[in-house]
Amino acid sequence: MRFVRSGRRVAVAAVSLGALLAAAACGGSSSDSGSGTGSSAPAVDLNQQGDIEYWQGKDSSGNIPKLIAAFNAQHPNGQVKFHELPDAADQQRQQMIQNTQIKNPAMGVISVDVVWTSEFAAKGYVIPLPADKFPTTGMLQSAVTGATYFNKLYAYPNTSDGGLLYYRKDLLDKYGVTTPPTTFDEMKAACDTIRKGENDAKLGCFAGQYDKYEGLTVNFDEAVHSAGGVIVGDDGKPNVASPEAAKGLQTLADWFKNGDIPKSAVTWREENGRTAFEAGQLIFHRNWGYVYNLAQTDKDSKVKGKFDVAPLPGISGPGVSSLGGHNYAIATNAANKGTAADFIAFMSSEETQKSNTLATSQSPTLEKLYTDSELVKKFPFMPVQLKSIQGAIPRPKAVEYGDVTLAIQDAAYGAIQTGAGGGAADANAALQGLQTKLQTLIK
Amino acid sequence: MATATAEPQVTTAQPSGHKAKKNALSDGQGRLAWILLAPTLLVILVVAGIPVVMSIRESFFQTNNGVDPTTGMVAGGEKFVGLGNFTSIFGGTNPVQGSFGTHDRFVNAFLNTTAITIVCVILETVLGVIMALIMSKAFRGRGLVRAGILVPWAIPTIVSALMWKLIFDADGVMNRVIGSQVLWTADTGASFWAVVIADTWKTAPFIGLLTLAGLQTIPAEVYEAAKVDGATTWQQFVRITLPLVKPTLVVAVLFRTLDTLRMFDLPAGMIGFGKYRTETVSVFSYLEATQTRYGPAAAYAIVLFVYVLLIAFLFVKVLGADVIGDTGMPKKKKGKDKDQTAVGKGGDAAAPGLEMMGGAH
Repeated sequence: MRFVRSGRRVAVAAVSLGALLAAAACGGSSSDSGSGTGSSAPAVDLNQQGDIEYWQGKDSSGNIPKLIAAFNAQHPNGQVKFHELPDAADQQRQQMIQNTQIKNPAMGVISVDVVWTSEFAAKGYVIPLPADKFPTTGMLQSAVTGATYFNKLYAYPNTSDGGLLYYRKDLLDKYGVTTPPTTFDEMKAACDTIRKGENDAKLGCFAGQYDKYEGLTVNFDEAVHSAGGVIVGDDGKPNVASPEAAKGLQTLADWFKNGDIPKSAVTWREENGRTAFEAGQLIFHRNWGYVYNLAQTDKDSKVKGKFDVAPLPGISGPGVSSLGGHNYAIATNAANKGTAADFIAFMSSEETQKSNTLATSQSPTLEKLYTDSELVKKFPFMPVQLKSIQGAIPRPKAVEYGDVTLAIQDAAYGAIQTGAGGGAADANAALQGLQTKLQTLIK
Repeated sequence: MATATAEPQVTTAQPSGHKAKKNALSDGQGRLAWILLAPTLLVILVVAGIPVVMSIRESFFQTNNGVDPTTGMVAGGEKFVGLGNFTSIFGGTNPVQGSFGTHDRFVNAFLNTTAITIVCVILETVLGVIMALIMSKAFRGRGLVRAGILVPWAIPTIVSALMWKLIFDADGVMNRVIGSQVLWTADTGASFWAVVIADTWKTAPFIGLLTLAGLQTIPAEVYEAAKVDGATTWQQFVRITLPLVKPTLVVAVLFRTLDTLRMFDLPAGMIGFGKYRTETVSVFSYLEATQTRYGPAAAYAIVLFVYVLLIAFLFVKVLGADVIGDTGMPKKKKGKDKDQTAVGKGGDAAAPGLEMMGGAH
């Protein structure tokens, strides 16, 4: 282990490093003079046929390859290949961005999370979809709004999602609560009766997703909206420092403090909550539609046939869900946009949406499917889900959505953690801070 | 090494050959070395050199992220900002609440990185040395113990991160064992310790393994002589074992320090992103990059790179002094006590240990 260097070697190293730096600087200046990613989009030709790839996150249902095979069979002059991305949304987004930057012509259709719409549109990763080729009649209005940026549709609604209140019907019946609660106060009253009667220290009242991640943004938004507050007003300006919004956050923090929401829920994501609900440790649980099937069929589920779903309860008014879902977009650098458009049309047809819902239990975006007898028979929560989605408010639209959601999480998590630690959270102060941050992020 | 072995072979294999050729080979010793090293150098250049230079370049640029208020479009492209990304590190525009009070997000990440490194390396060194001492003893089932101690080191970090995430779950094993409900993976002081515990569990065996190698080079007669002189076990450890194992131990500690400074997997996989009490510089840099702010991300990575380089330099200075000390050169041992405690301790104990060894012979 000797680290003695002769002066000559150091000199050689310095010179070669300098040369590399100079070369890099030249490369930099030349690429700098080139066009940016967004400003000069190539002319869009929606007739160009040829092979493309369809990019989406992990397909746990195994249904996508079947749908693609069906499309390929009837579309000989442009075949689609499935390019499966990781399960984690961050990684999907990152790969799509990277492949946009290297102008990958094979990336044709991408499955865009509803909260990425603004970023992907503004930065020119995806092209606007002409209304004549992509009609939105008959689609859920909130899903269409979620895929729209500056009055242009950038993604074609594919699946949607809204929050549902899962509740223990057996316990509610046992204690004479005839209708599921529509407000937090009613929910608390029901919990108090049931928990007193059951005398089970492990039985929590309610929980959603409160770990510091995207799920917290969803749950915080729902609390604020259902308390009558807004995060971003109709004028597109942040307006979160209101008494109504503060009431929403304060309610969550207080419920943590009182133990109505289990303290451990500060670390819960969807799966933790689902596990707790299935283990019979929660009376009420806010989660997405996918839980319904699992809680009915899981081997370990102790609540099979004992639960039902209802629309989310609200804090001051009716419950408001956040909007979830994935939509199809055509990548800016796709070589064969005609095939991409045909593929989207095929995947969005009533027939395909129905078969996909049957296979995956994901909520469709065509409104009439929610009353389809076959679907309702298999998924009895569909009518409730429709209500939830129709009333859903999308999360704030922002180009720098990652910064916005982190700012929201900072504010919400701080207050919730104070509550979970038994302290008195100051929701007002937290939201004042959030308002200041959002004003610099959303203009 | 390559030249040293290759050169004599070639010259002895063709003693009766052409003179010119022989001269070419012996004269071209440097050139032969270059040829033999060329593939390695090329790979290093491609996988390390070029990316480093490119990220240095990137750190002087910023992506245009401004939104045109009428069209909603982002201009895109990059602009040269000189040292802007570096100066804004010290501007402190994004205060967050971390373990050390409210600081700018980068400063907070930097403090976390440093604190985690110091705590982890100290714990790992102490545990690692203990492990090595156990492994070096001759007893029945020693092979099993050695293999057992090394298991954590063999598990990929991200796998152990997910494993510990389950252990530290609110309803997980750790809370059952300690009998209270600590929210390890929330953004609390406990999450800091969760990272420390998981990292120590995983990498103490590394120090143990390297230290074991060092222990095995210590001749038994030194201990025999010490026993004859009536030294206690503790005296033997402090005055013989530690000083003699020190060169190896310092290398192990150096590797661990550099590794821990770059820690990413454990906070990311076990605790999650956006939790400021465990956010390290690597994690922060990664998050900035996912927000397509490549310039600042590169700048943070470079600051970390320089920090790591600086620490490595300090260690190597200590190391270099030791190498000279072992060969009996004049000792320059002043000003070393500020380094890692274990190292400092070893350094102070080196002189009596060496004298003792000299006396024994």
